[in-house]
Amino acid sequence: MKMKKAAYPYIIWLGIFIVIPLLLILYFAFTTGDSQSLTTFKFSLDNFRRFFTPTYLKVLGRSVNIALISTILCLILGYPMAYIISKEKLSKRNTMILMFVIPMWMNFLLRTYAWLTLLGRNGFINNLITKMGLQPLDLIYNDKAVLLGMVYNFLPFMVLPIYSVLVKIDKNLIEAAEDLGANKLRVFTKVIFPLSIPGIITGIAMVFIPAVSTFIISSLLGGNKYNLIGNLIEQQFRWTGDWHFGSSMSIILMIFILITMAFTSKFDKDKEGGGGGLW
Amino acid sequence: MKNRLVVLALILTMVAIVLGGCGEKKPSINVYNWGDYIDESVIEDFEKEYGIKVNYSTYATNEDLYVKLKQGGESFDVIFPSDYMIERMIREGMLAKLDLNNIPNIKYIDEDFLNLDYDPNNEYSVPYMWGTVGIIYNKTMVDDVVDSWDILWNEKYKDQIIMLNSQRDTIAVALLKLGYSLNSRNIDELEAAKEELLKQKPLVWAYQGDEVKDTMVGGEAALAVVWSGDAVAMMRENPDLDYAIPKEGTNLWFDSMVIPANAKNKEGAELFINFLCRPDIAARNADYIGYSTPIPEAVDMLPDEIKNSDVAYPSDEFLNSVKLEVFKDPMDIIKEYDRIWTEVMSGQ
Repeated sequence: MKMKKAAYPYIIWLGIFIVIPLLLILYFAFTTGDSQSLTTFKFSLDNFRRFFTPTYLKVLGRSVNIALISTILCLILGYPMAYIISKEKLSKRNTMILMFVIPMWMNFLLRTYAWLTLLGRNGFINNLITKMGLQPLDLIYNDKAVLLGMVYNFLPFMVLPIYSVLVKIDKNLIEAAEDLGANKLRVFTKVIFPLSIPGIITGIAMVFIPAVSTFIISSLLGGNKYNLIGNLIEQQFRWTGDWHFGSSMSIILMIFILITMAFTSKFDKDKEGGGGGLW
Repeated sequence: MKNRLVVLALILTMVAIVLGGCGEKKPSINVYNWGDYIDESVIEDFEKEYGIKVNYSTYATNEDLYVKLKQGGESFDVIFPSDYMIERMIREGMLAKLDLNNIPNIKYIDEDFLNLDYDPNNEYSVPYMWGTVGIIYNKTMVDDVVDSWDILWNEKYKDQIIMLNSQRDTIAVALLKLGYSLNSRNIDELEAAKEELLKQKPLVWAYQGDEVKDTMVGGEAALAVVWSGDAVAMMRENPDLDYAIPKEGTNLWFDSMVIPANAKNKEGAELFINFLCRPDIAARNADYIGYSTPIPEAVDMLPDEIKNSDVAYPSDEFLNSVKLEVFKDPMDIIKEYDRIWTEVMSGQ
């Protein structure tokens, strides 16, 4: 009984900061009107009708596409990294994880800004390249730069959950497999990898969700040319002031994320293992 | 029992902090300005002189400012919108009438900048800075003559062109290129401008705001659409840069100081506006940011290189020789502007 009482503040918190805003977004999404007063709005599906036209669908497609690619890249880069770290001795392992996490203490925006000076036409990297007598490269304001920004910023979200699952794998299982004559590759494919799937699932969700909704990375590293759905939503709220259209796009994005979550949780049989306590 | 005492002590401390805070509280004003648009030491001087604390924050475009103000939540005492935005804000009753008795320094402002269309009797606004929109280009990278907006559509400069990440200004460039008025209310003309911008998009390297200064000064791009004051600041840092006003004409703009209707400290706001109109202060701002002040006495105090600059203070002859238009409030057609801009920014 006591526990229940203690939960009330959290329930109120959830209501005020999660449920009510969601309901407001839902309300705005299905109405139109110019003013900021809540009573003069009319019910309408215009916002959705407007969204389901080629211009905006293309933006959604592009966002999902680039978010998927960056998730896959994060997985390809992140898994071996998590694996290597998890195989180290405890003290070394902790230092490596610490080094991995330290950049995240710095503001996300600053880290992304830093890439501007690195990738610019006369930036650090191009300076090195031209010093070596080569032609400077176009490194910034394109899709690749946006992708780089995403992988750079979200990689830790892939590595940490996989790592925390990997270090918790019972050593006896690995030894048992080896005793039964499995070689290293077989141990990995039959024991380690299947046991690490909950971490992979969490990692995928934790990379995909911020990647599909980001607007800062595409704005700074993409030069505002490669608008993603996050940019469109930001634009509606910050400059155009069309909260209705912005809300309906947010709803569509949320549905997309829910589908991904449902999809990934299907694979996540070990419900308790997901994220190894990271969530 | 012990717990209650602790609680009581905590409450008493909180009350003491709140009351203590009130006792010392200095009057303050909230100033919301464009990014990079004031010499910040001027703010300190104002605080010292009048004992009013200034809470200073910045925005990037007129639309940004409008939406922030409309949404409420925060109240500002002095803001710096441009001509067409002032017109819109007056129309929507968002501004407070000024008491010009509290702003005697308005007498320093050149008459040419008073009683303009957007605020015929200066009931609401006091001019802060003015200027034009043009093309800044790097002489080492551009060998054509820059005298037309067409150059921004030249395939030769693919990935060398920077456009403004600002709805009104960028649509205006396309309208001007097509020979239309930048206040066009004709939907076909606006659609044509949209097509033109979509056609240009593959050539554009980036749509930037204030970052354009770093890009151009660093010699990273050849051509950029900029406001004249930024051009002055950039040319000061990189002598390879030059500024041109295209022959098709351009936008003449005025940014003015106004007080929102819901301002909390109107007297403080008027003091601040009056302070910024003092010639020595206006000169410091104009020198620092590079924009053109409407106060002749302030212009006289500026260093020669700025005072004699054609970019900051073009001659009357020149101003009469090109078609200059001031933005007007698009009123009902604003929805079309919003839609076109969203589509241009989303297009591929």
